[in-house]
Amino acid sequence: MGGFRFATDHRGIATITWDVPGRAMNVMDFEQLEELEGLVDRVLADETISGAIVTSAKSGFSGGMNLEILAGWRSGLSSNAGDGKSPAAQAFDRTMSLHRLLRKIECGRPGWGDPGGPAKPFAAALTGTALGIGYEIALACHRIFVADRPDARIGLPEIRVGLFPGGGGTTRLTRRLGLMEASRFLFEGRLLAPAPAVEAGLADTLVPPDELDEAARDWVAGTNADTIVKPWDAPGGGRVPGGTPYHPKGFMTFVGASAQVHGRTRGVFPAAKAMLSAIYEGALVPFDTALRIEARWFVSALLHPSSTAMINTLFLSKRALEKGVARPAGVESREVNRLAVLGAGVMGAGIGYVAAAAGIRVVLLDRDMGTAKQGRQTIATLFEGQVKRGRITPEERDRSLENVVFTDRYEDLAESELVIEAVFEDPAVKSRVIADAAAELNPETVIATNTSTLPIASLASAAGDERRFLGMHFFSPVHKMKLLEIIRGPKTGPKAIGRALDLARQIGKTPIVVNDARFFYANRCIIPYINEGVRMVAEGVSPALIENAAKRSGMPLGPLQLVDETSIDLGVSIARVSRAAMGENYPPDAAIADDVLEKLASLGRLGRKSRGGFYAYDSRGRRKGLWAGLGEQWPLASVQPDVLTVQHRLMLIQALEAVKALEDGVLTDVREGDVGAVLGWGFAPSSGGPFSWLDRIGPAEIVSRCDRLRELAGARFDAPESLRKMARSGNSFYGHLLDSSPVTA
Amino acid sequence: MSEVDAFVYDAVRTPRGRGKPDGSLHEVPSVRLSAGVLNAIKARNSLRSHDVEDVIWGNVTQVGEQGACLARSAVLLSDFDDGVPGVSINRFCASGLEAVNMAANQIRGGAGRAYVAGGVESMSRVPMGSDGGAIAVDPSLAMKAYFVPQGISSDIIATRHGFSRTDCDGYAVESQRRAAKAEHDGRFARSRIPVEDQNGLLILDRDEQIRADTNMQALGALEPSFKVLGESLPGFDAVALLRYPDLETISHVHHAGNSSAITDGAAAVLVGNSEFGGETGLRPRVRILATAKVGSDPTIMLTGPIPATEKALQSAGMNISDIGLFEVNEAFASVVLLFLSEFGASPDRVNVNGGAIAMGHPIGATGAMILGTLIDEMERRDIETGLATLCIGSGMGCATIIERV
Repeated sequence: MGGFRFATDHRGIATITWDVPGRAMNVMDFEQLEELEGLVDRVLADETISGAIVTSAKSGFSGGMNLEILAGWRSGLSSNAGDGKSPAAQAFDRTMSLHRLLRKIECGRPGWGDPGGPAKPFAAALTGTALGIGYEIALACHRIFVADRPDARIGLPEIRVGLFPGGGGTTRLTRRLGLMEASRFLFEGRLLAPAPAVEAGLADTLVPPDELDEAARDWVAGTNADTIVKPWDAPGGGRVPGGTPYHPKGFMTFVGASAQVHGRTRGVFPAAKAMLSAIYEGALVPFDTALRIEARWFVSALLHPSSTAMINTLFLSKRALEKGVARPAGVESREVNRLAVLGAGVMGAGIGYVAAAAGIRVVLLDRDMGTAKQGRQTIATLFEGQVKRGRITPEERDRSLENVVFTDRYEDLAESELVIEAVFEDPAVKSRVIADAAAELNPETVIATNTSTLPIASLASAAGDERRFLGMHFFSPVHKMKLLEIIRGPKTGPKAIGRALDLARQIGKTPIVVNDARFFYANRCIIPYINEGVRMVAEGVSPALIENAAKRSGMPLGPLQLVDETSIDLGVSIARVSRAAMGENYPPDAAIADDVLEKLASLGRLGRKSRGGFYAYDSRGRRKGLWAGLGEQWPLASVQPDVLTVQHRLMLIQALEAVKALEDGVLTDVREGDVGAVLGWGFAPSSGGPFSWLDRIGPAEIVSRCDRLRELAGARFDAPESLRKMARSGNSFYGHLLDSSPVTA
Repeated sequence: MSEVDAFVYDAVRTPRGRGKPDGSLHEVPSVRLSAGVLNAIKARNSLRSHDVEDVIWGNVTQVGEQGACLARSAVLLSDFDDGVPGVSINRFCASGLEAVNMAANQIRGGAGRAYVAGGVESMSRVPMGSDGGAIAVDPSLAMKAYFVPQGISSDIIATRHGFSRTDCDGYAVESQRRAAKAEHDGRFARSRIPVEDQNGLLILDRDEQIRADTNMQALGALEPSFKVLGESLPGFDAVALLRYPDLETISHVHHAGNSSAITDGAAAVLVGNSEFGGETGLRPRVRILATAKVGSDPTIMLTGPIPATEKALQSAGMNISDIGLFEVNEAFASVVLLFLSEFGASPDRVNVNGGAIAMGHPIGATGAMILGTLIDEMERRDIETGLATLCIGSGMGCATIIERV
């Protein structure tokens, strides 16, 4: 079954229409590439055809490559070695055949590089969204028409999953816009709506959707072969806008690009490095050579274990979770139309905002109308920000705000289909609010508590029927953080889980479903990360070294900055509560970190909110460097550890906790563990999450690192039994999924 | 140790001209600057062309008028005849000293009796960096080597070793004071050859950048040169911190007043064995006891003088305390401050006549220039041993130990 249709009109203009059956969006795979090449060949060979438009029958053009197929093919490379070829050779051949196809379009000739015969024009008529390979096909065409649909997106998001545009997009966009202009699209994966895309030079012509076909067709009809030569195919080879690396104009751009990519990615994103090398080397040679260079670097990125892990976690696993892989069997998906949120504070208002933005009617309740109104203000400000950024119109803002009702009366909750309690973190207050709400609700209505620390079991009885009760841990700020941690209490029923998953899908959050235990999953892992950093301060490790080591490992924030953001008194209270709850099981050496936090709290240094913590701040809360007084409180040790030891401590302490969460049954799926870690607390995204990271380094090496650190830093680095077992058996967390990845340290 | 010794018989240099379009030497092509010092050393020593085995010429930016083997071009323009070959070499900022070291080691190895070694840089005419270079631009290399520009490197040194802006400015003021005094006392007169035009009219006869009146207050007013490059665009400090994660930030203490200035100039050194002296009747001034070159971390880049000095000392079987006088190229104040603190050498014996902070740093020539200055001063003070060393781009170091004959 093909993905393309072919037709010619009376003017001899062919239309290649992409229309993958059974899918809302066209995605590319290897068979379709061959099919497309056949159609392009037909255009070029048929003397009655003067040119072609490439378009889609759907409201979007293409979502890009089918990453499931790409990942499957990539992981199969070593096992089904075609003709005894190495995985690299197979991947390179594949990539080069894609270039061959696109060069046929671009040169408008059957044999690219073959000067014979008149060239035929190709126009891309993008009906809407065109991403990745979809946009790369358009880039190979001679003119890009795009339908003016504000919700469509144009661009190259490959970098976000650890790859870079390998279908000529890197080379073509650089030669189209210059490195400086192209870099936000290539290195940040920035996507633009059609109008700004045309303005930025990503596409050529913006047309109303119903005029797209005709505009493209007219252009093809009115175009002759001389006018369609790309600058890089013209005699002299054209110029790279902004200058090549050794041209005085381009020199500093390229020097700066290396520094920026290196600094911003901290050297841990191999795809970004590979892409910049492809751009640099490609800018110094003719276009076809540049494509070959791009292909070589693309293959190196594709085969890098970091890319495999990122694709697995940030695309495949994430999508599986969003599609509801954790949904209990037999629970139908249903839209949540009416949501109630109890508590109009920052979290409650944030939840209300994302729900209202998704078109859900929201009742926001607080103990008095004054407080509820503050919540309204918070929500209004968030919508206003969207208007200012041009993401929504004032009318849409007003419509969404009308969806939110503010109240101080529990009876207004009666019609809600899902209730989320989001009052502050006090078990007594939470229980009372939950009980008050339960009294007004239909007994079927699901009640969730948004808590980050309290066990669900301790609150469940307030809901009456405990089967309808569960935890929904939203992360702050709610509108930015993509993860939703759904907590299954001991008695939570499947319907409750289903409802929570329904809401997650509607508000665009990625859900993980975990079982109830202290701190659930995300906080359980991040607290030890913070404590390990804090503890090193007490040991006299240079605070700068601690923070930089974390960043070198790919953590977005060092542990000290993180605890300053989340607040030091919160850390103190978590320690106190844990100590009380765990009693004798509270690790005796945890006091080392607790004492540091308590000392800072006693000095009134509660973090950014108090304009002082591990860091110093100015009056507006901007960080002004590590607090100079740290050295007096905790003098630097005369011998400092090497940075790798610090990195290993900070990374392992998180990963080991994730393994323990899996052993304890809090986590039931390593995919949830990886996605939750990356989205929830920013665990080194380039690693693909703790389980991918452990797999990549290898359980045996991990166990030996644990043994070393146990000697050096304490029993909390004891390798969990499941890891030791893996080290002995040679298994990994993902088993077959990563079989083909080279293992590197 | 080699059986054949290498000696320095003579050293000459041009004045150091301001390396800008308004500098006095800006009008003089680098090949003519080169030929000028070649002619001077030929004339002063009554050299015959067949005495000279080769001209080894340090030169960093080998493009434009400095391209196509400037060494040979300089010979062809000079009073030497066509029989003298020439080779251009590039060891960045140490090129001039490296040329001397190569000549010395050729001689010690028995290849030839005498060389003219030295170098030139006309930085006002052939801008630094105009020859490109993969180290800064090729992402594979720049990231692998944690490339930062050397100004950032000098600030990393200052940060790591706790040299404050005041320390660096203080050093710079002293360099100016010493250079001004040396100029006033005529200490450069023996080796400095005026640059004249084709009619014998004077173009420049003094180092034109010395500012005798420099003080802490004046330097304090200068903006740090590498702050923007480091902290905002493109943000090299982030790269530096990846390589030096024990630092929280880089303190940007260097500026135009405490680093070496862009400068035009040339220098030539006559190196030969004893047989050469015997035949020509020339008297050797110093014996080259040891030479050294090292590679060091390319990010901090400018710490090479430390291991290069250690290596040279080891090769000569000497200790730092055996050295009576030092020339440590003042690329940036922190480079010399590091040398002083690492070796505990007395500031009274290091760069006693000022250095590149005061007079400027014509990168291809400076190494040969400071060797000449060192020899002159050893003779003036009657000091037996001296060491010259320079930090080098991309993380290298070069050193030479000499002793009076």
